[in-house]
Amino acid sequence: MEIIDPMSATPLAPGSIPDVQAAVRDHTHIHPCGAGTKTALAAAPNGATPLSLTGLSGMIEYQPGEFTFTALAGTPLTEIAAILARNGQYLPCDPLLAEAGATLGGTVAAGANGPGRYRYGGLRDFILGVRYVDAAGWLVYAGGKVVKNAAGFDLPKLMVGSLGQFGVLVELTCKVFPLPEAYATLRLDLPSMEAGVAAIIKLTAQPLDLDSLDLAPSAAGATLWVRLAGLADALPGRSERLRGVLGGGETVSGAEEAALWRAVRELTWVPAGWSLVKVPLTPKKILGLEQHLMAQDIRRYSVAGQVAWIATADRARLDAILTQTGLNGLVLIGPPAQVRLGVQPGASFERRVKQALDPHGRFPTR
Amino acid sequence: MSTAWLTDLARIYPPARLLTQPAQLAPYESDALTAYKTRPAAVVIPETQDEVIAAVRICYQHDVPFVARGSGTSLSGASLPIQDGLLIALNRLNRIVRLDPEERIAVVEAGAINLNVTKAASPYGMYFAPDPSSQLVCTIGGNIAFNSGGAHCLKYGMTSNHVLGIKAVLADGEVVTLGGDSLEGAGPDLVGLFVGSEGLFGIALEITLRLLPKPERYRTILAAYDSLTKAGDAVAAVVASGLLPGALEIMDRLAIEAAEAAVNANYPPNAAALLIVELDGEAQQVEEEFRRLKPIIEASGAYEIRVARDDADRMRIWKGRKSAFSAVGRLSPDYLVNDGVVPRSRLGEALTEIERLSAAYGMRVANVFHAGDGNLHPLILYNGREAGAYQKAEQLAGEILRLCVAYGGSITGEHGIGVEKRDYLPVMFGENDIETMHRLRRACDPKEIANRGKMFPGGGAPALHQAGPHPLEVAGVISRE
Repeated sequence: MEIIDPMSATPLAPGSIPDVQAAVRDHTHIHPCGAGTKTALAAAPNGATPLSLTGLSGMIEYQPGEFTFTALAGTPLTEIAAILARNGQYLPCDPLLAEAGATLGGTVAAGANGPGRYRYGGLRDFILGVRYVDAAGWLVYAGGKVVKNAAGFDLPKLMVGSLGQFGVLVELTCKVFPLPEAYATLRLDLPSMEAGVAAIIKLTAQPLDLDSLDLAPSAAGATLWVRLAGLADALPGRSERLRGVLGGGETVSGAEEAALWRAVRELTWVPAGWSLVKVPLTPKKILGLEQHLMAQDIRRYSVAGQVAWIATADRARLDAILTQTGLNGLVLIGPPAQVRLGVQPGASFERRVKQALDPHGRFPTR
Repeated sequence: MSTAWLTDLARIYPPARLLTQPAQLAPYESDALTAYKTRPAAVVIPETQDEVIAAVRICYQHDVPFVARGSGTSLSGASLPIQDGLLIALNRLNRIVRLDPEERIAVVEAGAINLNVTKAASPYGMYFAPDPSSQLVCTIGGNIAFNSGGAHCLKYGMTSNHVLGIKAVLADGEVVTLGGDSLEGAGPDLVGLFVGSEGLFGIALEITLRLLPKPERYRTILAAYDSLTKAGDAVAAVVASGLLPGALEIMDRLAIEAAEAAVNANYPPNAAALLIVELDGEAQQVEEEFRRLKPIIEASGAYEIRVARDDADRMRIWKGRKSAFSAVGRLSPDYLVNDGVVPRSRLGEALTEIERLSAAYGMRVANVFHAGDGNLHPLILYNGREAGAYQKAEQLAGEILRLCVAYGGSITGEHGIGVEKRDYLPVMFGENDIETMHRLRRACDPKEIANRGKMFPGGGAPALHQAGPHPLEVAGVISRE
């Protein structure tokens, strides 16, 4: 299939919700995207009109006392984070590529949580309400603006990872939490990935409130990063205790600590031209997957072994490996070919949802 | 009525598990919304997932509506049977299929009881976080269908936040598997859509739940106030401080009276409002949080402050709160439990307005609520034997729901729409929104047989009937929350 790069083609860039509705009504095939930071997902296939949401930007409602905000889909995450931080709050799902320019809507549509989602949850746990333009151009609202709500079907959660298939997100309401006062990270070198997985299992079974827990293979075996967040006065004691549980570890703090996790989130470790694939798994599946991967594939097991980030130059091979191991993956960065790899759970249910919400295929089918 | 479908069911279900006699059906006529009562044509009691699947396929083939039911603790009439339909009672489908402490997951069947998941995880130092007050008897299947809450949603979220995977039979008989064992997904969050779908897509058979390590330390404070406003202000101060308590709960004078009468909670006397604040987590962090919380509560105008000394003390504080709903049964023969949500900053206004409505209707209203979430639970007291009393109570409940929506909130925080609030769905959502939900429903259930008459306005009139409290409630086994 031929590809139109939205960065070179001029996409539609409506500046209001009615303009989004009109754009949807006027085009047979629409490909919604945000700032285009998830390159593999942002590119529109041939025949589809790119629809950029970057013109639909800004915080609409924010009362710090409510611990919720409502913003337009094209709002850059950095803008949201800055407003929240001024009020001592943050989005605990730790979204990826914020500094690269990622938007709120694109982040939700891609399901792009970062390593810090381990502590309190991902986008699915913090999204409260959505407004989107459906395939007929109507504006649909679902969920609510309060932190607790069980009315109607939970379409906000469906939109997390929806990849633009069901509608054009135009406005989102999210829950936020108090911003941790301080962070500290322990880095521990281990002799093998086996030891790394064992450390993850040991740590996550204990009542330790870890913020992030990442593991990656290294020349010497493996490296584990454990991040703590919370009240500054309690951190030294908690770090010491953690070091005791781990039997060692080097403390990283201050600017170096922040830079370490920023690099993880901003995906600066992915070589140009390679594909970055998100693979949900569990700690016990890590070693099985490791057996199949090549030494040159760059791997990072994040969120306490609940997700593998794999940078590869050979996407087709990774697809075959995931199929063989019963896993699934989503390509976020890379050439815009097939973005969903391996075995898709719930594929037939997803087809039903797609048929119900976009019967004529106005939006992409992924 | 054609009985071909009953004949088909009888080929699969032995007579002891296919009930059709009126006396056998009577226990299934109501759930915890006891004002409604409908007798189904039959009840089946499956013991395996395959038996559930077979029953659904027979229903689909013969156009027979069905309702899945766990322990019948729904406060919104979620498991009210359908006349001439089939009731599928899932209590025996209750195996804990797999519990893996290393992966921190439990795979359970739909009829497994909420608290039993925690009991099974407990030897490993883990627990299942969602804790609706009926957790002693309510089932995971019901929790899934209505996205149940509990007292710890502020920090831990609702049921949906703890569900990783679902195997379900859709209304047309297809078996689907959504999600998996991981906290993360790649692609649309189909599990998220299924949870809280009020049984309108089909029946969850097997659910993968996430377990958490039990918090190492709890710090529980009980504060007594001479006005509800002061308690509300204390909540605002705690929230504004940047602390994230596991629970923030308030009870008003009438609810306190009830709790005292029922379980002798030994709360501070003469309180107009009680506030429970609970911190939980890693010991050192919690102790530091507690050090910061103390001056906030001390400055909040409380006339008595108690701090739980140990776990037993903590349980005593919670006992009064958790039994408050059923305790209200001591003050009134009947009551309706409201479940509206308001933005936290509107709590005070909402309570004042509820007080005004209570006076205007001449009906007593007790308030017990999840203050940290803005989730109100006004309990409207009435006597069902008085002509028109129920209708009046329902009307008052409706005014409160409209009020919640007007404040920017929701008509339900954790009980779901069910039968009870279906006429209020359009207060919160527009025509396009509801039509979208209809389309999703029909994509899974083209004949609209799964839990027909729930959530959507105007579907099939349920029979109103005055029944008094649920038998389990009278026995003190369950409570309404």
